[in-house]
Amino acid sequence: MDLAFTKEEQAFREEVRQFFRDNVPPDTRRKLVEGRHLSKDEMVTWWRILNKKGWGVSHWPKQYGGTGWTSVQHYIFNEELQSYPAPQPLAFGVSMVGPVIYTFGNEEQKKQYLPRIANVDDWWCQGFSEPGSGSDLASLKTKAERKGDRWIINGQKTWTTLAQHADMIFCLCRTDASAKKQMGISFIVFSMKSKGVTVRPIQTIDGGVEVNEVFFDDVEVPYENLIGEENKGWDYAKFLLGNERTGIARVGVSKERLRRIRDLAGKVESGGKPIIQDAAFREKLAACEIELKALELTQLRVVADEGKHGKGKPNPASSVLKIKGSEIQQTTTELLMEVIGPFAAPYDIHGDDGSNEAMDWTAQIAPSYFNNRKVSIYGGSNEIQRNIIAKAVLGL
Amino acid sequence: MDFDLSEEQRLLKESIDGLLTDSYDFEQRKKYMKEKGGWSKAVWDKLAEQGLLGLPFAEADGGFGGGRVETMIVMEALGKALVLEPYLATVVIGGGFLRHAGNDAQKAAHLPGIIDGSKTLAFAQLEKNSRYDLFDVTTTAKKKGDGWVIDGEKFVVLNGENADTLIVTARTKGDRRDKTGIGVFLVPADAKGVSKKGYPTQDGLHAADITFTGVEVGSDAAIGNPEDGLALIERVVDEARVALCAEAVGLMDESLKTTVEYIKTRKQFGVAIGSFQSLQHRASDMFVAAEQARSMSMFATMANDFEDAKERSNAIAAAKVQIGKSLKFVGQQSIQLHGGIGMTMEAKIGHYFKRLTMIENTFGDTEYHQRRVADAGGLI
Repeated sequence: MDLAFTKEEQAFREEVRQFFRDNVPPDTRRKLVEGRHLSKDEMVTWWRILNKKGWGVSHWPKQYGGTGWTSVQHYIFNEELQSYPAPQPLAFGVSMVGPVIYTFGNEEQKKQYLPRIANVDDWWCQGFSEPGSGSDLASLKTKAERKGDRWIINGQKTWTTLAQHADMIFCLCRTDASAKKQMGISFIVFSMKSKGVTVRPIQTIDGGVEVNEVFFDDVEVPYENLIGEENKGWDYAKFLLGNERTGIARVGVSKERLRRIRDLAGKVESGGKPIIQDAAFREKLAACEIELKALELTQLRVVADEGKHGKGKPNPASSVLKIKGSEIQQTTTELLMEVIGPFAAPYDIHGDDGSNEAMDWTAQIAPSYFNNRKVSIYGGSNEIQRNIIAKAVLGL
Repeated sequence: MDFDLSEEQRLLKESIDGLLTDSYDFEQRKKYMKEKGGWSKAVWDKLAEQGLLGLPFAEADGGFGGGRVETMIVMEALGKALVLEPYLATVVIGGGFLRHAGNDAQKAAHLPGIIDGSKTLAFAQLEKNSRYDLFDVTTTAKKKGDGWVIDGEKFVVLNGENADTLIVTARTKGDRRDKTGIGVFLVPADAKGVSKKGYPTQDGLHAADITFTGVEVGSDAAIGNPEDGLALIERVVDEARVALCAEAVGLMDESLKTTVEYIKTRKQFGVAIGSFQSLQHRASDMFVAAEQARSMSMFATMANDFEDAKERSNAIAAAKVQIGKSLKFVGQQSIQLHGGIGMTMEAKIGHYFKRLTMIENTFGDTEYHQRRVADAGGLI
């Protein structure tokens, strides 16, 4: 047992850090620190910088542009990326549909889609959830009917993150209504510009627009846009959701936020002195930092295990990372609210892309608090994660 | 970075787990409690035979040169089996003082007896009003000729009733809460002027309140610098805290396992109660708490070797906070999920809960350590 990073790993961390210092546009970093939304342009610009460096799809197999890093290197890269902070790669392309395509897609599909995902020539979004299918995803109803060399798609998706920017969607569609619910689902990709696709933004309680409803009305899609085998889509979806095990803890994000809290708490006054001098507040902050340290170690245990025994099946330990990681993220936003106190109130009315430079640094704190309530809901709600632990770990 | 045990460490784990599986089930434990001093000399001898009592000592001193990870393995196993024997008091704490600061003569006088199981030790540190501050010492050690005269009262000294030798913290100069002027002294338990009042503790261990009245010891009684021993005390107590964290992890593992088995078999409304989602979620939360505790126990184990004493203490304090929170949740919910049977002395789960609870209040509770981390500027 040795929890220290090797010299090589430390040098790698320094290399990554230096690259971020030299290449992340300062304004992009500032907006992330302040909890602001980024414009599509700002994100794509950064992702292309990252891709040019060869780090855009770091965890992909080498032949598709991956780096061949060890699990620990991936961990270090993600942590540095989150805590610098710089925008994380677009998960829908890089972590979700990309791996499904290089694992289950045919050669033609790999050639067509993978390089464009890596360079974000296409912005991808995820068509999974439906109004009646949240945690019970397999009950989805969106239908794809085969008609000659085409699919005809009808139905509705919801909670489609950043669909307003998207060029492509990967979609779970029911292709065999007679089969048992998990069995009749296929994984189909198509252009968001197709005729019959309508995107309707959903404004969330923070005032921003991150998610959308997407409607399909007789959308015609070429048959070859099916990934893998017909009616096997549920397997691919499970693969996709289990693929990302450790990033979900978002330790780096919480670290960065805790540093910011400490910084602000040294400036904002309460009772005539900086809040950080208040023992009760300091202890609350320390409590959160301790929880985060424990989570970081738990995450490293999963990473080390992955390094030794390969990725293989989804590890139920990732449910621990999801539950604790989301709770800590939410706690950090609560602490920020506590720091700014009455200045949480002013409302910053922002546009669709969420960018409005007019407000000062306090404006995003309450929205960020509201927005972070989502983290215990998405990606399999924390209640679903508890079901997974009960079943897969405890055998209940 | 590597969280795995080495081959030798795996063998150690197998051997102690094997020993305790054979000789430490819950019924056997009840018998040991009734033996002299409240623990089993026969089990202690077995631990000695397997080399576990000599584990952390250097080979030159007759030990086996085990490190921090080896102690973690042993303490987890002792926790899992709810062991009563005074390993913490004798090997970790008593042995710790000798390892870190004992001179050759002191080591020669005490280590062989610890290693072969013939002698046990106890740490007489807590005072009536000192609570968790290690520097809050009113017991005095006054110079007399070459030696010292010790006066004062110590409380809840684990294994205090049975130990052959007491390790006593006493003030050689200064005032009650001064950080200098504290010494550490070896005092034979049968020395003139030592009077002990023994009693069982809530978790089935044994402790004593000990009064020292004009107890005379020689010049060779002081371990380390008798006028500046706080750093040594902090070092050894930090090791004890780390050991307690590991013990608690073992206790939590067993509590969770026992509880999950129970809810799988206990039937109400015609079904196993473990089929109810509210209980499943509680058990999942217990698992999360236990895993977070395990992570911090590992962190603390490694922190034992940090060069910087402040960084070491801060990391170990943080671990004690996490362990304290986790053990409270796992302990309480183990009782809750067992229902009425969990309230009985007859069921083993309550005994795990009681030991866990006492660990929280040993060498600093959650609040105490949280304040320490906060005052040290946090952990990021």
